[in-house]
Amino acid sequence: MRNFIRFIIRNHFFLLFLFFEIVSFYFIFNYNEYHRNIYLSSSNKVSGFLFERFSSVIQYFELKQTNEELSKKNAELRNLLDNKTYYAGRTIDLVIDTISGRHYRYRSARVINNSVNKHFNYITLNKGMKDGISRDMGVISSRGLVGVVLNTSENYSTAISLLNTRLKISARLRKTGFFGSLNWEGGSYRHATLSGIPAHAAPSVGDAVVSSGYSSIFPEDILIGTIDEINIDQGEGFYDIKVLLSVDFKKLQYVQVVEKKEAEEQRELEKTSEND
Amino acid sequence: MINLLPRYLFNFIILVLVQVLLLNNLQFSGYLNPYLYVLFIITLPFSTPKWMLVALGFTTGIIVDIFMNTLGLHAAATVFMAFVRPFILSSFSPRDGYEMGTRPIPADYGFGWFFKYSVLMVAIHHLFLFFVEAFSFENFLSTLWKSILSSIVSVVFIFIAMLFSKRKSGTI
Repeated sequence: MRNFIRFIIRNHFFLLFLFFEIVSFYFIFNYNEYHRNIYLSSSNKVSGFLFERFSSVIQYFELKQTNEELSKKNAELRNLLDNKTYYAGRTIDLVIDTISGRHYRYRSARVINNSVNKHFNYITLNKGMKDGISRDMGVISSRGLVGVVLNTSENYSTAISLLNTRLKISARLRKTGFFGSLNWEGGSYRHATLSGIPAHAAPSVGDAVVSSGYSSIFPEDILIGTIDEINIDQGEGFYDIKVLLSVDFKKLQYVQVVEKKEAEEQRELEKTSEND
Repeated sequence: MINLLPRYLFNFIILVLVQVLLLNNLQFSGYLNPYLYVLFIITLPFSTPKWMLVALGFTTGIIVDIFMNTLGLHAAATVFMAFVRPFILSSFSPRDGYEMGTRPIPADYGFGWFFKYSVLMVAIHHLFLFFVEAFSFENFLSTLWKSILSSIVSVVFIFIAMLFSKRKSGTI
C-alpha cells in the first residue's frame, strides 16, 4: 500500500494529466453528436463481430422461446382458419376465397443468415425457387413484418430486411387509419421512422402501426410496431414518428413468406394506370 | 507567487471573455478561429506546480467549451498543452536555467525566445484540437492544413495581446 501511494505521488503529474484527459474525452463522446456517432458505430462493429461468433450458441438458448411462439401462432392460425385450411407438407394453403377475392399463401422458412448492424441489412432464408419463393414476396414472422424477398436461387433466397435504409414500407395507424411511409434510418435496430402522417391525425404513444395492404406484397394489418415517440415537423405539418419495431431482428429465426396470389395482376394494372 | 494571483485571475477572466465574446464571433474564411485563451497557460509563472498546470488547463478548456458547445474538446487539448509545457520549457531553457521570479514572457526572455516557445505551444494545442475534432486521419492533409493556418492566426493574436500588455506595465 505504501508503495502504491509512493507510486501515485511520484507520478502525480502524469496521472493527473491522464485523469483530466479521460474526463475530457468522456465529455467529448457524451455531449458531441458527431463524436458519439463515431464511438457508437465502432462499438457496434465489435458487438456485431461477437454476435456473429456466438450466434449459434445464442440460438440454442432461444429455442424454448421460439417454440412457444410457434405453438402460439399455430393455435392462433388454427382458430382463425379452422376448417378452411388443409395441411400440405411444408406449406399451409388457404382455400381460395372467391367472395373477398383476397388470398395469400404462406410458406414457412428459417433464417440462416441475418444482420442488424449494417446500413443495408439482408436476411438469408433456407427456401428458394424450388419451394415456390420468388422476388417481391413479403416476409413476416409471428411477431410482425420482417422484409421483402429480393433474390432467389434454387434452394435459398435473400430478403431485404426492414432494417435496410433502402426499404420503404407503406404503413397505417391501426386506430385511426392514417397511412404513411415507414423507413429505417440506421442506428438502433429496434426503431424505425414513420413519416407522412398528417398533423391532424393525433397519434398517441403506444398506438399500433400495421401494414397498409396497399402494396402487392403484404396482407393488410400485419403488425410492424408501436409508436414510441412523436415529433411534429413544424414547417411541413407532418409527424415524424419513432416506431418501436415488434420484431426483434436479433432474435429472428422462423419466418413466413407471403405470396399474394393476384400480385402480378395488381402490379400490371397499376403499371398501366401509371402509364396512361 | 501570492501577489501574482490577482493579476492572473484578471488575465484569466479577460482572456476568456475576449475569446468567447470577440474571437469566437470572428469568422476568417469560414473555419479559421484564433484561440487566444491558450496564452493564459503559456504565460503562467515558471514556479507553477505541475498539478496546478493541468488543473488550470482543464478549467480554462472546459469554460471555453461551455461557451462553444464543444464540451470536452478544448479541455482535452488544453490539458495536453499544459502537460507538455514543462518539457518544452526545459528544452528551451537558457544555459543556467530560468531566473527566480521571472515569467515566460517576452519582457523577461526576449521576443525571439517567446516566439519559439509560443509557436510550439500553440501548434501542439491546435494539432491536438483539430485532430480530436475530426477524430480520424481520413482527411489528414486538410486537418493538418487547418491546424497550421489556425496556429499562425492564433500566434498573431498572441503577439497583439502581448503588445497591449506591455503598455500596461506587463499585465500579461
